[in-house]
Amino acid sequence: MSGGTPPATVPPAQRDPSVRPAAGGDWRRRLATMPGVGPVRAFWRWLTSMRTALVLLLVLAVAAVPGSVFPQRNVSVESVATYYRDHPSAAPILDKLYAFDVYASPWFSAVYLLLFVSLVGCLVPRLRQHLANIVRKPPPAPARFDRLPHASQHSTVDDPGTAARTVRAALKSRRWRTVVREEPDGAITIAAEKGYLKETGNLVFHFALLALLLGVAGGSWYGWHANRLVVVGDEFCNTLQQYDEAGLGARTEATDLPPFCVTLKDFRAEYHDNGAPADYTAHVSYVESPDAPVKDWTLKVNNPLRVDGANVYLLGHGYAPVLRYTDRYGQTFTTTAPFLPLDGMLTSEGVAKFAYANVPPDGSAAEPAQLGLAGIYQPTVNPDFSQAKSLFPLERDPVLVLAAYQGDLGLGSGAPQSVYELDERQLHLGRLALVGGSLEAATHTLRPGESWTLPDGSTVEFLGTKQWITISVRHDPGEATMLGGAIALLAGLMTSLSGRRRRVWARITPDQGTGSVVMIGGLARTEYPGFADEFAQLAELAQRFGGETAQPAAENKPVGATERGQ
Amino acid sequence: MAHTSDVLLTVTLLVYLAAFLGYLVEFAFGTRGAVARVAARPERELVSVGAEAAASTAWDLPDTAPAAPASPVVDPRAEKAGSRSGVAGIVGAGLTVVGLGLHIAVLVTRGLAAGHVPWSNMYEFVVALTAVFTIGWLVLLAVRPAMRPLGIFITAALVVLLGFAGLVLTAEAGPLTPPLQSSWLKIHVSAAAIASGLLLLGFVPAALYLVRSAYEAGRFRPGLVTDLADRLPSADRLERLTFRLHTFAFPIWTLAIICGAIWAESAWGRYWGWDPKETWSFISWVAYAAYLHARATPSVKRTVATWFSVAAGITMVINLYVINFVAVGMHSYAGVE
Repeated sequence: MSGGTPPATVPPAQRDPSVRPAAGGDWRRRLATMPGVGPVRAFWRWLTSMRTALVLLLVLAVAAVPGSVFPQRNVSVESVATYYRDHPSAAPILDKLYAFDVYASPWFSAVYLLLFVSLVGCLVPRLRQHLANIVRKPPPAPARFDRLPHASQHSTVDDPGTAARTVRAALKSRRWRTVVREEPDGAITIAAEKGYLKETGNLVFHFALLALLLGVAGGSWYGWHANRLVVVGDEFCNTLQQYDEAGLGARTEATDLPPFCVTLKDFRAEYHDNGAPADYTAHVSYVESPDAPVKDWTLKVNNPLRVDGANVYLLGHGYAPVLRYTDRYGQTFTTTAPFLPLDGMLTSEGVAKFAYANVPPDGSAAEPAQLGLAGIYQPTVNPDFSQAKSLFPLERDPVLVLAAYQGDLGLGSGAPQSVYELDERQLHLGRLALVGGSLEAATHTLRPGESWTLPDGSTVEFLGTKQWITISVRHDPGEATMLGGAIALLAGLMTSLSGRRRRVWARITPDQGTGSVVMIGGLARTEYPGFADEFAQLAELAQRFGGETAQPAAENKPVGATERGQ
Repeated sequence: MAHTSDVLLTVTLLVYLAAFLGYLVEFAFGTRGAVARVAARPERELVSVGAEAAASTAWDLPDTAPAAPASPVVDPRAEKAGSRSGVAGIVGAGLTVVGLGLHIAVLVTRGLAAGHVPWSNMYEFVVALTAVFTIGWLVLLAVRPAMRPLGIFITAALVVLLGFAGLVLTAEAGPLTPPLQSSWLKIHVSAAAIASGLLLLGFVPAALYLVRSAYEAGRFRPGLVTDLADRLPSADRLERLTFRLHTFAFPIWTLAIICGAIWAESAWGRYWGWDPKETWSFISWVAYAAYLHARATPSVKRTVATWFSVAAGITMVINLYVINFVAVGMHSYAGVE
């Protein structure tokens, strides 16, 4: 599919006189005349043609563009939701066209699969051809050397046999593959070829692309990923139930997940004076299986925890206020509520829900008086309270502003609910309302250790905060293939782009009585401006290689040294 | 030190501007100056002396033919010495060398000020890639002096890119955020800068080839464009230069993407995630691959193939300038408010 082409399409300038048309198989001719084969063959020829491949490459490049214009589900589900909110009429139509799943869309897949089919259709014959070329000896010398782009001639006192050995040794010393033939008239010819690596590299590059496709497929079938938030001190184990979000590959089962557990022992974030992050360090301990020894690991952004069958990555972090609620019956509940950061200074937002609060201890039925606290946390409070924007991401002057809601949190409905916000429907229906009826009455500012008594006598205490981190756990069995494929791809690419195929022939004929005449001709089969120079050096080397011959150079003359095809 | 770096950038810009004027004088007043004449001379004329001599003319690439100083055929330096506009061109080239020295000093002082490699945000990245661009140009100029008429476009691009970097992209030199604290920053980003600089350099002869080949085909009415095209090296030379630059830079671009994927795996947990920057580097890669395939296909016209490379170059520019500002992704390193 790249580089060279079958001999039939080589332009006159590059046509190699030594290439003979391949013998066609008889079965092929018979197959070609079978009904229905014609159109299929025509389609196949169209698909595997270079022009089609070029068009497909361009289409692939263009088809990838929408993925950077529209938000993608595989990158950020939230952005897609935002897009739906902002463009309520266009979004469903775009969604039908897979605008939010471009890289998993049928049309994107169609383009790259067609491209790969075209690639295989082109590679297989080329591989066969190349293997044949490697096995085959360099082709016999052409009858006339002056037709070749480069030719030279010299005389020597040696007999043809010795002269041929000298030329061959010269070629061999430059790592040319040579074959010596004798012609009916007694002349000795040497055919030499070099640069097989170019096509080898070309094939390696393109087969490496196939390996990459397999690597991607392997990863998406047999891989899995999961995310969760972990508060300092907590432990989680690698089961789907313990993740906030997870995705299994098509050929992966929940039971395939390796049974490791990780405990977050502590987390430290460091910042520069301007609030820019300087370092995140999480100390974790883990067991690879229930009966394995406990090991420690320092988890950092560029230092994932790699256990057997999965990698654990540190993604983000934030604060989780710890709140104690003592309800009107004296029951206490403590919760650690992770708040999500709103900005780089870690102004954070979140809720705490107390679903079992204010239930009469005698079991009597009463209006539900569950408590929901919505809050904004600033690790370093802005003196201008109207701003509600933290000044620094570390807890230099932490302040928690809470708004208290009471009523039915709506958890009993069975519908899934976010742990980061109160149920909008319940608020809308008035089943969950601000304590005291107004935002002013229901809002309170707390510093760590402070408590707040609600109108019904219950109290909310802000005990302090814990840090949390978000982690991503991933397993991609295609990675090794991808890495190997990528290395092979690069090696093949460089070999292919720097390699040059070229051929040199020599014909040694006896000179009247003593000595012999050595004619050398050569051509570069790929664009290679330096071949003239290489050829000249080679021709010179062939005269005096090994110091065996000493015929003066005066008789030497270049023959028809034109720069055709260069 | 950061301030020194900023001052140096201004000086660098002014020197490049002066170099631009030097090339411009040569271009404008040297109505087909010596350099252009040498460039336009048909190859056959040189070749007739013999293959050996042809191979040693000065503008063959270094890996193919080390320039022989005693070449009997052409010594462009001797020819152009007579022309005054040629002097302006040489001054332009000399000023480019001075500019590059200052340019590298900008990077070094910036690196010292920040305490890490000077390509951690968009400003630094553009300064680094333009340095590669200039180095590439000077190497090219040393190997193929006949390409000097391109200097005017090269330095114009330099002034625009660096000026935009200094005025718009400028960001405080600062320490690295945790995701950037990795050895891969040195490898991935430098490979990206080198490849981008060289691919951008390849864009210049590619675009000029399209102009020149249309001119050689007689497709322009006499006017400014023909005057301009007339002073350019021959279409054939521009086309081959375009190809050489791209074949050199494309593997580096591939390496940059691969290193990025390895880094992404250890920092973000996946080697490829269709982040906008990743997507556009993929688009560019595919577009450049299409160019190389088109170039290797005899049935595709060279002008068509070169359009592929121009299109690919445009995707690089989009990736560098548009994506950093418009798309929000994990590569949001621009640091531009």
